[in-house]
This record gives sequence, structure tokens and C-alpha cells, in this order.
Amino acid sequence: MSAVTVHNLVKTYASGGKRATDDVSLEVADGEFLVLVGPSGCGKTTLLRMVAGLETPDSGTVSIGGRDVTDLPARQRGLSMVFQSYAIFPHMKVRQNIGFGLMMRKVPKEEFDRRVKRAAELLQLGEFLDRYPAQLSGGQRQRVAVARAIVVDAAVLLMDEPLSNLDALLRLQFRAELKRIVSQIGTTTLYVTHDQAEAMSLGDRVAVMRDGKVAQIGAPLEVYDRPADRFVGGFLGSPPMNFLTATVRDGSLVIGDVSLPAPDLLSTWEGHEVVVGVRAENIQVSEEPAPGWVPAQVEVVEPTGAALLLTARLGEAQLKIQAPATFPAGPDQQVHLRPAPKALRFYDPSTGLALAVDQGLGGRVGRRVTP
Amino acid sequence: MSARRRWERAAIQAACVAITLFMGVPLYLIALAALSSRDSLNQFPLPLLPTDPSTETMSTFLQSTGVTGGFINSLTVGLGTVVLALLVGVPAGYAVARYAFRGKDTYQLILLLTRALPIVVLSVPLARIFLDTGLYDTTYAVMLLHTALALPTTVLITAAIFVGVSHEQEEAAMIFGASPLQAFLRVVAPQALPGIAAAAMFAFMLSWNEVLGATVLTLNQRTLPAQVLTTLADSPLAYRFAGGLALVLPALVFIAVMRRYLLNMWGTTLR
Repeated sequence: MSAVTVHNLVKTYASGGKRATDDVSLEVADGEFLVLVGPSGCGKTTLLRMVAGLETPDSGTVSIGGRDVTDLPARQRGLSMVFQSYAIFPHMKVRQNIGFGLMMRKVPKEEFDRRVKRAAELLQLGEFLDRYPAQLSGGQRQRVAVARAIVVDAAVLLMDEPLSNLDALLRLQFRAELKRIVSQIGTTTLYVTHDQAEAMSLGDRVAVMRDGKVAQIGAPLEVYDRPADRFVGGFLGSPPMNFLTATVRDGSLVIGDVSLPAPDLLSTWEGHEVVVGVRAENIQVSEEPAPGWVPAQVEVVEPTGAALLLTARLGEAQLKIQAPATFPAGPDQQVHLRPAPKALRFYDPSTGLALAVDQGLGGRVGRRVTP
Repeated sequence: MSARRRWERAAIQAACVAITLFMGVPLYLIALAALSSRDSLNQFPLPLLPTDPSTETMSTFLQSTGVTGGFINSLTVGLGTVVLALLVGVPAGYAVARYAFRGKDTYQLILLLTRALPIVVLSVPLARIFLDTGLYDTTYAVMLLHTALALPTTVLITAAIFVGVSHEQEEAAMIFGASPLQAFLRVVAPQALPGIAAAAMFAFMLSWNEVLGATVLTLNQRTLPAQVLTTLADSPLAYRFAGGLALVLPALVFIAVMRRYLLNMWGTTLR
């Protein structure tokens, strides 16, 4: 087992002209499960492929377990990988597929059988070992691909959207199973997905990527709760974070014709516009008016079973609100909202970066707007 | 609806039978004539069943000068062409399928253009070159010409097959310890076998059937078709049939052997 360190990786594809990964550095600790997540074209797969040795970086280095592997071919990097298209070999039986890595390493027959059997059992493929992949379902093929990857006991496990070809129900089941298996074998894992729910549920840490750069990296809940910029807040979570434009005036936040008490950290923004971010579940909703509650107009009501997703209009802005499943609301109805004050996040309108997270205007500060 | 479907199926069956007859009847008639005695060919009406089989014509034909030599030459040239065309064409097909390179489309077009030139036009300058290099009137000369003629189809067929084998499979093989060559041999080649067989078949048939170039480039080392066509023009009718059968049979055998791999392509194993 070993850590993966990526240092200042730059990759430009001849066709695009734009950098696929733009000076990316990150570290996956020994035994850690790091998820790279982002919209398509953000460079996450390119980054993974450079770690794998399937793509050559323009500059920068990749090291695994302290060894610089930038110039080594994939087969000498001591890693294994699960591909999006499974990439299992249709002309080999499941047994040969799972054991491919062992065969290339010339593992003795006895050990080969034992390890293939153990991996197959771990993925519930025991009875399919003598079948061809064409005789398996999509989910089973994916299991073969995972078994093939874990049977070699590689130091690093790479996964490129392994669940994206499964149907929704199967994806949910296999996601939990994958998490159990990976934590059982304890391999350093780098996992790429475009599905934010997958990223949240699987990762020890999540790296959100955008335009070839890492926008934010941290524990899933931390990234979810305190997005470092508007993009991260809008990308992680379903529904995405709500963003409202507000003006700081006399110590209050003015949104349209309503005003909320502003936290102290905004004192330096007196007279300027800020963007307020708030998650759907952090907005309380009530039918009755009360002091400090803001009136809004319901536009759409979407029951999800466990909760009720309201789309409401507040002045110019549209808000997604998560209400209890029993909340009696219909379209065009007036409701009253109150955001949990601690759950409000503030962003610089021009840069989209978070204004001071906790400690006033220190740390991550956006450029001051000059009116 | 079901009546219509039945009608459609019957029509398809009829079409299949018609095409089979179109191909099969001439073969049958040639075989029949070749295996009849010279006298029975002159009967009228001609018997359509082998009432009086005789190997007389056939054996006379086979014993006539140049036939055995021509047969061996043809086989040498045909198999040599297959080997050379695959040796050059398979890597080229792989490159066309896998890599984006400058002028790829033009390259593919030019490949096909080589077939646009009539063989006569190619043969004369080739004969001159081969005379200068001492290759004239050898099986190698014909082999080289046929390889050149077979290469476009070899490249295009194998490229189409290589496109069908996902590159991720090769990458997976390399991740799990294979060198690029091992990945090709263990993962890509087995799956591409049907296409390679088809390409081999095309190359062999092309070589077997090609007359003009072979005639221009050789004098004594004639391939069978070249030999047969030049001598049979002055031969009795029966020998022409015997020659026809001798030309068709080896090609049929070669197809029958290769069919095993070809069926794979249209059958189940790929994907």
C-alpha cells in the first residue's frame, strides 16, 4: 500500500488547445479513498489516466509510494484499474479474465486458483467462473472487472466511473458493496465519477474538479457544507445550493424588499452586493407568517417520498426548499421561510469565491468589490 | 400480418435459392463436363446427371505440360501473397484503426486509388523494374504485385475489425502487466481473427484469380490461371472445362478452411 502524489500535472490535448488538467497537484494518502468528481470535460479522467500511465503528461510528476513513476509504463506502476466500459476480454472465460493480472505475473497454478476463487467469492461470481462474459448480465460483468482489479493486490486501485453503465437500482446496491470491499482490502483508491451522490457516499475525501483544476478538496460533508466557491455549491448536492443576490445595508442583508440580520463578518461589505448560498434543507418553511420569516410564492411542488421539494419565488430569485413530506403546500400558495442563520454561506459576486468561512475576512477571501 | 410475414419469408427463401443456384449451377456444370469423357460432351441433349463419369479428360489435362508447375506456382504465389499482405497490412490496419495521424483520410483514399489503376498499366513498368533487378519471371515478382494489389483490402478489412475491439481492453491488459505487444497478441489478435481470416481469404482469391499481371511478369514461371488461359485458348472444349474445375477447386477448399474463422465474425463470439 502506498500514497499517490500528483505534482503540477499539465496535459493539453492536441485537438482541444485548452489544458485538460491545468497544473494539478494533490495527494492520496496511504489507504485513502479519494473521489475525483466534476462535470464532463473537467479533466478528472485525464488525471486518472495519467496516474495510470495510459496518458503522458506535458509536465509535472506522478509518484506512487514515494517512487517517481512519471516515465514508467502502466504495467510497471504496480496498480490496477476498473474501466468505465468494464473492458473485460470477451474471448476469455470469467476465470481467465479475473486471473489475467496473475497470469501476466506468472503466478503458480495453485495460487492462481486460490486467489481467483477468493476474489470471485468476494464478488459473488463463484458459479460463473467457467462462463464467457457474453453470458453475463451487465452487473455481473462489472463485478468481473472489479474482481480482476482486486485479485492482483496492487498498491493502488484506480476506478473510472465504474458504476455509470449500471441501472439506477443496481448502481445503488453495488455502490455500498464497493465501499465495503474497498474498505476491507484497504487499498489506496482513486475514483472518478461525475455523479455527486456517488462521490459523497464513497469518498474519504472528495476533490471537485472544474476546467482542469481542483476547485475544492476535503471530506465529503465539509465540501458539501462549506463549498469553497459557487461552482462547488451548485455542483454538489441534489438539489444544488440556492444562490441569492443580497445587499449589505445597515447590518442587514437586503434581498429584494425583505431583509435578514447579517452576520458580523459582512461588516466590511457594508453597501456592497454579496451572493448568499443556502442549502434546500437549511430553509425552514411554515404556512403561518411570523416575525423574521420571509414570505415566498410556491411555484412547483415535487414529492420525493421522504420529503417535499418546493420551488418557490422570493423576489427575483428562485429557491429550492426541502420541506417535510407532510407539509401541506400547493402551487401558487404563499409560504413563509426562514434560513438557519448558521447555514448561510457568502460569496463574492464577481469571483464566486467564498467570503471568509468562519473567521471574518481572513483565509479564503474574494476580491473586494469596488463600487 | 402473419400472412404477410409468411409471404415475406417465402420470398426470402426463394431469393436465397435463386442466388445459390446462380452460383452453384455453373460450378456443377463445369464439374460435370470436366468429369465426363470427351465423347459424351458432344452428345445432344447433354445429360445433366453424371451418367458416364470419367476421369479421362481431367487426368489428361493434369498431365499436360505446365499444369502441375503452374499449380505449384499459383499455390506459392497465393500463400506468399497472404503472408506478405498480412505482415504489412495488419500493422497498417491497426495504425489506421487506433491512431489519429496527419493525412489519415487521404491515406485511406490513396490506398483505394491503387486499385483504380488498371493492372496492365502497372504491369509494364513493373516488368521493366523486375527485369532490371533480376526478379522477372520469378514467383516473387508475381507475389510482390499481388501483395500490392491485396494490401488495400487487407488494410481496410483489418482496420474495421480493430476498431471493433475497444482500446480500453488493450489498456486494461497493459495495466495488468502486459507489454503493448503482449496486449495485442493476447487480447486484440484473438478477437480480430475472423477479420484477419477474411482479409487472408481476399488476398488469396485475388492472387489465385489474377491473370494479367501474372502473364506479363512471367514467361516460364506462370501461375495456373495464366498458364491455363494462354494454352487453353487453342485446346479442345473438354480441356477448358477441366481447366475451369482445376482453377475453382483449390479456391473452394481455401474458403472452406477459412470459413471457420469467418463464421466467428458473423456468429456469436465477438461482443
